[in-house]
Amino acid sequence: MAIDRAEVERIAELARLEIAPERMGRMATELSAVLEFVAALGRLDLARLAPSTFAPAGTPLRADELDDRRIPAAEALSAATEHDDGFFLVPPIVENVNP
Amino acid sequence: MAYEAVIGLECHIQLATRTKMFCGCPAEFGAAPNSNVCPTCLGLPGALPRTNRAAVDAALRLGLAVGCELRPVSEFARKNYFYPDMPKNYQITQYDRPLCEGGALPVALEGGARRFGLIRIHVEEDTGKSFHPERHGDRPVSRVDFNRAGVPLLELVSRPDFRAPAECAAFLTALRRLVRWLGISDADMEKGHLRCDANVSLRPLGQEAFGTKTEIKNLNSIKGVEKGLHAEIARQRALLESGGRIEQSTLLYDADHDRLAVMRSKEYAHDYRYFPDPDLPLLVVEETWIEDARGALPELPWAREARFATQYGLPGYDAAVLTETRELADYYEDLARGLDGKLASNWVMTEVLRAVKEESLTLAAWSAKVPAGRLRGLLAKVAARELPGPLAKQVFAWMRDEDGTVDELLERHGVRAQGSVAELEPLVVAVIEAHPGPVAQYLAGKTATLGFLVGQVMKRSGGQAVPQVVRELLEAELARRSGS
Repeated sequence: MAIDRAEVERIAELARLEIAPERMGRMATELSAVLEFVAALGRLDLARLAPSTFAPAGTPLRADELDDRRIPAAEALSAATEHDDGFFLVPPIVENVNP
Repeated sequence: MAYEAVIGLECHIQLATRTKMFCGCPAEFGAAPNSNVCPTCLGLPGALPRTNRAAVDAALRLGLAVGCELRPVSEFARKNYFYPDMPKNYQITQYDRPLCEGGALPVALEGGARRFGLIRIHVEEDTGKSFHPERHGDRPVSRVDFNRAGVPLLELVSRPDFRAPAECAAFLTALRRLVRWLGISDADMEKGHLRCDANVSLRPLGQEAFGTKTEIKNLNSIKGVEKGLHAEIARQRALLESGGRIEQSTLLYDADHDRLAVMRSKEYAHDYRYFPDPDLPLLVVEETWIEDARGALPELPWAREARFATQYGLPGYDAAVLTETRELADYYEDLARGLDGKLASNWVMTEVLRAVKEESLTLAAWSAKVPAGRLRGLLAKVAARELPGPLAKQVFAWMRDEDGTVDELLERHGVRAQGSVAELEPLVVAVIEAHPGPVAQYLAGKTATLGFLVGQVMKRSGGQAVPQVVRELLEAELARRSGS
């Protein structure tokens, strides 16, 4: 399954990624290869195996300690379509409908 | 037809951890907007979640306290939905394999304690916070702050075992006390540390099957829960009685106007497309961890409340007030050592709690100022009748502002010598006997002459007595004489 240049442009637009025109071709090739890799899984015979979601080892746990991965507000906001006074701006939410 | 309400609660408890659920950003409240964020809690591509052990530990403690069954291997799932305050477009939560299941919370109700059953308690992350409606220039907008995104929450789901709003309010009060007691949450409803949604339906009394339910959101105070439920029960009852049908819907309660607004109609069930989060392997909780958590559990509030009633001979009301917080219960028990339990209780419930409130202190700050041992010194003198009540209260007032033992305070204020009943009583008797005229007037109903008698006792005490104490002793002695 191959992805063409137009699809890369569309995905980039949806993901709000800026991709230089000269990298479009390479991106199309790489994304196609990813899909081909995943498609290969479909050819495996898994009939004998029970479905599993995870590797058996448990999730590593983190101590409740601050780390230094924070990014400054200005940087956090830099990728936003719009921001003002430290806040991300989004189209008006009329109702509080978050579950 | 008589109807019965069937109510279930879904509570979100914000945990008082230092950092967020899946990243090391501060989980604090009140920082500048979007300053406590990192690639993980902003949902930036490629950032991976890492589970906060303290949040899981908090869930274990709550689960153990209410007798849940703890799942040794539980699973994080993605709950997918699109909303601007949800940066990843999914919330990491637990779905079909939650950490804790079952259990019950004991709740004090009028007419005795009852245990309300729980369905589950699981760990999840909070969303960001949106502010709306707001304006930007001439456009309406919403503002979003992601500082809260990823803060750890416990979701606790009750069984639909409540039949009255007052039961729900009592349940939340008990839950708030418990999570504070365990030190896992500040549980301040106004700050959103404890949030509650309620499912409510009506059915004809005696009918087994549930009616159609509605969900009320935005119940952000215990009083709000009670009022919102009353409003919704009344609305459903009126609708049913007029032959109408309840439509499954989600309602918002507006506490300011005591009004319910339909938020969305649930013709369709939400499809959150839950699936196991591939970024997070299974949550494995070894037996030793559970045993450690169990070992670290304090005596639980309801057990301590019951013990206070029996061990110290306290009325149920006292025991409930004194076990409102663990700090208060500790202070009381420290104070009551070697004293009459009820005397200590009276002083804590009136003087101490009043002083704490007047000075807007935390109990920890109060304990630093007037440690239980220091107050015990005062109450020991009260118990030994070395200090009359009013003078003891005066000493208590000095204790609030000054250092020193009871004796030092009395000496500093020059009332040591004449403070006790034993010392003042002879003076009172002498004054009464020396002034038969005013005494007769007083006994005849001219109570104003008491002031004269008080003055005489004060004079004889060399000004060392507390007038209020003298007045009480005189009144008691005169009452005794008029009675005999």
